[in-house]
Amino acid sequence: MKQLTRRALGPLALASSVATFVMGYFITPPDKVQGELARLVYIHPAQAWVALYLSFGAATIASALYLWPRTRSMVADRVAASAVEVSTLFIGLTLLTGSIWGRPTWGVWWVWDARLTSTAVLGVLMLGYLALRRANDDPQVRAKRSAVFAILTAVNIPIIHFSVMWWTTLHQGATVFTENRHLKIHGSMAWTLLLSFIAFSLDFAWMVRARYRIADREAGQRDVELDAALMARRTESAS
Amino acid sequence: MRLVLLVAQKDLLIERRSRVLLWQVAPFGLMTLVLCGLAVGPNASTQAKLAPGLFYIVLTLVALLVINRASQLESSRGTATSVQILSIDPGAVFLGKALAMFVQLSIVGTALLAGTTVLLHVPLHAAIVTLPVLLLATATLSLAGVLYGRIAASSTNAGTLLPALALPAFAPVLIAGERAFSSLIASGPLARWVWLLGVALAAYACVGLLLYGALEES
Amino acid sequence: MAVASLSDVVVTTGSFPLLSGVNLTLESATTYVITGPNGAGKTSLLRLLAGLEVPSRGRGTVLGFDICSTERRELRRYVGWLGHETSFYPDLSPTENLLFAARTTGADVDLIPSALERVGLTHRAKVSLKLLSAGQQRRLSLAWLLVRRPQLWLLDEPFASLDDEGRDLTSQLIKAAQSSGATVVLTSHGALPAETNATSIVIVGGRIVESAT
Repeated sequence: MKQLTRRALGPLALASSVATFVMGYFITPPDKVQGELARLVYIHPAQAWVALYLSFGAATIASALYLWPRTRSMVADRVAASAVEVSTLFIGLTLLTGSIWGRPTWGVWWVWDARLTSTAVLGVLMLGYLALRRANDDPQVRAKRSAVFAILTAVNIPIIHFSVMWWTTLHQGATVFTENRHLKIHGSMAWTLLLSFIAFSLDFAWMVRARYRIADREAGQRDVELDAALMARRTESAS
Repeated sequence: MRLVLLVAQKDLLIERRSRVLLWQVAPFGLMTLVLCGLAVGPNASTQAKLAPGLFYIVLTLVALLVINRASQLESSRGTATSVQILSIDPGAVFLGKALAMFVQLSIVGTALLAGTTVLLHVPLHAAIVTLPVLLLATATLSLAGVLYGRIAASSTNAGTLLPALALPAFAPVLIAGERAFSSLIASGPLARWVWLLGVALAAYACVGLLLYGALEES
Repeated sequence: MAVASLSDVVVTTGSFPLLSGVNLTLESATTYVITGPNGAGKTSLLRLLAGLEVPSRGRGTVLGFDICSTERRELRRYVGWLGHETSFYPDLSPTENLLFAARTTGADVDLIPSALERVGLTHRAKVSLKLLSAGQQRRLSLAWLLVRRPQLWLLDEPFASLDDEGRDLTSQLIKAAQSSGATVVLTSHGALPAETNATSIVIVGGRIVESAT
């Protein structure tokens, strides 16, 4: 079953992404008000979901598991690092697609909107996480400091979000549901939107898995190097 | 509590001896404030309008210097080893270092506030009533600063890594401090900003008490 | 009774093994001298015994504490350390440094004046540590050991940077530690003073190659 899931993940991610593209670009109608621009709704919210919730959530849980002595393992560290790398990519894409949507809608590429600003701050924090990993050579030191930084960032996110939200907000309101929880969009548009969330989530899972495998192989390579270095060092003591 | 005070006392004694705060950090802060005045132009009303934001930017930059200095105290291998051997409770070290940093930042912050009042034409009453908010902001920066300072310490290029890690996280303190200061000048809402600073302070204190030990072991 | 027991312990930095599989048992109330060429792993072994290094492979206990777990922190309370580098805080005086160390660890602060006198630092007790010579700074570390009275003394090149008087003093302190029942482990490049009765441990390439009285 595990093997099947592993093998099916890539094709499923690809198929759902292609289906989202076809549905979003060719099948769904343009919006009454926003015209063709509204097609960004099949990309941008799903990217934001992956960037802000799915990947950072995964990184936080993995970091907490690393810090908890009973569940501490380098697997958790690698999952956290992989998720943050993917998160950084998706934050960049979220900001890019948001900007593309904002230019014709708001007339500018960037506004100091609450969600936009907190997403940008989170993006910079993620770059900090990646910088921190590169500034420490020892795997254990790197893992511990990165995990604490990730937890600190997770605690900071709501504070950043509320501070920026109270500061100002311009973002488009709820797109999918009305205040009474009724669907605002219908038919093919709603299904395509749902599909985009599934597709991007699968893309995320596939990318994290791929990045994890690279990290795993790098760690394996380091183990091989360490074994070779151990042999050389032991030879030193034998001679 | 005794250990917290001992650690704080030690850091403050080192500061009293080295006078880094007096001869390096405070002049840097005042010079940055002057540069801010030059950057916004000579119009007094523009300067007064932008003063709260500029003040908190300068305070944040000054905080980075103080954090860097505090984390350098134990950065040499010999000192780090001696302190590790003492095996002091990490929670006490965290709170003690934060307390010492809070005292230092409060002194510099108050001096900078006086400078802002004079140079950027802030009403005196607003500057006085913003002092408690400033103390709350510096307490939050201190708790966060000890954590970020420890995360960056002993890494390659720790001096440049620290701003990359800490500045984005300081954004809420900057926003809340600036908004509260502006509210006191122009009678706006204040409570939510004080509340936000309080929540941030509590969050950093909890994370620090829980995780500073893990950082020390790395 | 074994004070320390190490089994195939590997300590690495990055992908370089500082210790490449150390097997060692240290008995209580015994003095050991670790010798070996530069880069052999003498200081790393001492740091491992002090709970300052995390083994990446193998297992071991020191004074009953598991050095592979968070018990390392607890272990350090019972260990006395004399390192190569400047210890303590350079901006504080010897007295201030010892007071801070004693108060935070619960050691007897009343022992500080006599300890400083014993190591010949009374006249320099109130000047900043950075104004002291390397030898005087090492004497301060010795003074701390006298105040702390640890069960396990770990001394990294204790005779380096010391004049004849300092070497005599260090020898006397080691002998006093031996007679009080403490275990002493020291590293050395050169010959030890003749009166130091120690079991020799030779380390090469991060492994113990010889252990004999």
